[in-house]
Amino acid sequence: MSAGERSLRARVRLPLGIGEVQAWQALGLVAIIALFVFYPLIDRNQGDVSSVADAGYFLLLVFGLNIVVGFAGLLDLGYAAFFAIGAYAYAMVASTQFNLHFNFWPMLILSGCVAALFGVILGFPTLRLRGDYLAIVTLGFGEIVPQVFLNLDKYTGGPNGISNVDQPVLFGYHFGFNPVPYYYLYLVVALISLVLLNNLKHSRLGRAWMAIREDELAATHMGVNPVTTKLLAFAMGASFAGLAGCIYAAKLTLISPDEFNFSVSVTVLSAIVLGGMGSLTGAFIGGLLLAVLNFKVLPQVTNWTHALGAALHNEAVQNLDLHYIIYGLILVLVMLFRPEGLVSTASRRAELHHAQPAASAAAAGVE
Amino acid sequence: MSAPLLAIEGLTKRFGGLTAVKDLTLNVEAGSIASLIGPNGAGKSTVFNVITGIYTPTAGDVKLDGRSIVGFKPHQVAGTGVMRTFQNIRLFAFMTVLENVMVGDQTRMHATPFDSAFRTPRAQKEERAVTERAMELLDYVGLASYAREWARNLPYGMQRRLEIARALAPQPRLLLLDEPAAGANPTEKRDLMGLVRSIRDRGITIVLIEHDMKLVMGISDRVTVLDYGEKISEGDPQTVRHDPRVIEAYLGKGA
Amino acid sequence: MATFLQQLINGIAQGGMYALIALGYTMVYGIVELINFAHGDVFTLGSFLCIAILALLGVSASGQVIGGWQGALIALLVILLAALLCGVVGVLIERFAYRRLRNAPRLAPLITAIGVSFLLQGVMRNWKGPSEISFPQFLPNPTFSYGGVHIDARELLVVVVSIAMMIALQLFIYNTKLGKAMRASAQDRDAAQLMGINVNSTIAWTFFIGSALAGVAGFISGMYFGTTMFTNGYQAGLKAFTAAVLGGIGNIAGAMLGGFLIGIVEAMTAQYISDQWTNVVVFSILVLILVLRPSGLLGEQLPEKV
Repeated sequence: MSAGERSLRARVRLPLGIGEVQAWQALGLVAIIALFVFYPLIDRNQGDVSSVADAGYFLLLVFGLNIVVGFAGLLDLGYAAFFAIGAYAYAMVASTQFNLHFNFWPMLILSGCVAALFGVILGFPTLRLRGDYLAIVTLGFGEIVPQVFLNLDKYTGGPNGISNVDQPVLFGYHFGFNPVPYYYLYLVVALISLVLLNNLKHSRLGRAWMAIREDELAATHMGVNPVTTKLLAFAMGASFAGLAGCIYAAKLTLISPDEFNFSVSVTVLSAIVLGGMGSLTGAFIGGLLLAVLNFKVLPQVTNWTHALGAALHNEAVQNLDLHYIIYGLILVLVMLFRPEGLVSTASRRAELHHAQPAASAAAAGVE
Repeated sequence: MSAPLLAIEGLTKRFGGLTAVKDLTLNVEAGSIASLIGPNGAGKSTVFNVITGIYTPTAGDVKLDGRSIVGFKPHQVAGTGVMRTFQNIRLFAFMTVLENVMVGDQTRMHATPFDSAFRTPRAQKEERAVTERAMELLDYVGLASYAREWARNLPYGMQRRLEIARALAPQPRLLLLDEPAAGANPTEKRDLMGLVRSIRDRGITIVLIEHDMKLVMGISDRVTVLDYGEKISEGDPQTVRHDPRVIEAYLGKGA
Repeated sequence: MATFLQQLINGIAQGGMYALIALGYTMVYGIVELINFAHGDVFTLGSFLCIAILALLGVSASGQVIGGWQGALIALLVILLAALLCGVVGVLIERFAYRRLRNAPRLAPLITAIGVSFLLQGVMRNWKGPSEISFPQFLPNPTFSYGGVHIDARELLVVVVSIAMMIALQLFIYNTKLGKAMRASAQDRDAAQLMGINVNSTIAWTFFIGSALAGVAGFISGMYFGTTMFTNGYQAGLKAFTAAVLGGIGNIAGAMLGGFLIGIVEAMTAQYISDQWTNVVVFSILVLILVLRPSGLLGEQLPEKV
């Protein structure tokens, strides 16, 4: 091993509780952050920056749901409801809807709090439910919430939603329709979120969540209060969706109920499972991949087939829409070949593949 | 004589038509090792499950240090300093060995969710202390070198010991061990006997459910025998060993 | 009163459809513990296949009516073919998307199911286009009236077919060897295997039967509503799955009960509250029932073994 190699493998202690990593990992991390920081300066195409900024709200959703599903093991199929609640919480008090114009920054925090409150309210009836019963009830909430926003048209604008949502202003700087400031806002929020999530994961609360995920009964016997622990997961998970909803509404300046449907919940969940359950790196990579795929690559494929069809004067090709076919295939194939997700530590991977025989051997030993 | 640490008074637990435990009275002195034995289905585990709050008793009372803990939820029971292991090992499979023990220390931790998220100085201090204590315990049960492994990856015997370490984490007053020697070989059983004694010497009272007679007779201060949910004998190992009712329960009439 | 009865009939008709789809969910869940998200899309595929088969038989959406035994024969042929094809699709999905993942982490097969759902929707979208398509109404549709309550033949068809299917399924599950194998595998897959049951083929048959029932539902839904669309499977599947959970997932009678219940609740909500609130009411009832009975109406409450 050369001196250079050795220094790359030296352990470095990172600030903010991120922990100890090898030097090359630390360098990689710095490089990735730098890439994100300088990205809008490199790519001057506003459309591109806007797409990547939109990946920001999606990542926040992934981070939040990762608390509920990845950390605490509570299968939530209606997470988009909290995204909707955050978006409406801001849009209703910062638009021409009621001619209220609350300031964006306090509302950013408040939207998160409102979503968290609903996380507790909707989480409460599900506390006794297990596994897939929980899934179907949360799925139900995911259907109820947008329908309520749709039907209360006096307050929410019904199917047309709320338009003319106020854009943020920071120290006199108007964000306007320029995607760059939104990009940086998402970047800052996402980085802070990652640090907080990493802290949580290695804390009393994080361990309580994981213990509930692994074995709820054993966890309670170790002194974990299942009620507060689960409700905290729902609340904290929802607060991320609330934040994301607030920024989303401000960037788009227009929201309507059909943007918060089941496919949002499902895509966010897919990102977590695709990335690797419970792993923050996995959530980040899974979220980024699916965001780029859905916001950029697959719409582009549709454009290509459309252009191809036009060039060939072939209407069938022109009308081809491969978005969901490709997306579906990717989900199936990734899961078939990496059922434990893209990011997972080697030991866990080995275990998952050999989980069955080991478990039955242990069971046989007890009898 | 001082009041017993654990006092079970007239405990009855019925499931529908089945009476799992019938009018059981049992006292466990502080600092002793008490064993609960009996044929399969005698209601031993049910007694543990009532003490730890999984089941509420049909009748009777369970007192810890003179205070009733009936109606407490499992996590509240843990909060009073009663910890347990499970007959069919229930570790947190995809958490590390160290994390498993740290979960055991939940009840002594004070970090709020805010502390957890923002890693406040007091949370960091607490975290360090809990990690240190957990490592000491792992060292104590001989698992220190496996601290960073998934609990799932440990071989069976080590998983049993890890479960004990996890239950010891908050320095409980009472430790309930549910068949800790199941599946163990003679060497492991001998080690286990030593471990249980040494836990008692740390001032922790132990109630043990066990089938291995040699182990039970070797370490118990007091043995209680259940059959069909009823106490049929009680006393020090010598007395119980020669009680004709016990012999009958285990071997049948005429043995 | 007449309105109430009328809505009850509408609800039963709609509920019969949900029940048929719910059976597929509940049977599959019973054995492999998977929420088969693609099931709703297999149902829509059933409608699409029926349209294609009818077109092959020369029946188009032009409004021609074929009465008598000819119409009945065509209907029967279409139902059988659609059921068969959907059954085959179901078996293929199980074979290629789910089987490999039977012992994988819990959420992996859920995500492949969602992937298959997107895939099927994408295929149907490219097959018949992104908008609503009409379903040939080739059967005569006389209306029977009694005391202000009207039932037309289509409603009768839905109710009769779905109830007949359920009775057939019940007889099948309890009286045939394969049915017993299914019940045994649902109870304990490993034990069933040890008893010499071929679990793989039992699971394949379960998917076949569940998907075939969805195909039948695809036909009667097409006849009942007159149109279909590539995204229809989502709402129908959602309601059907809710029905399965409401009744106690894995429980066949529960799925039927849940299906009819949801159909009736929807019809009554539409009549007496507003059809905008049906989903809110349906899911609120679901939440309420599960809070009171966490294992569904007919599901067994299994205490956790400690």
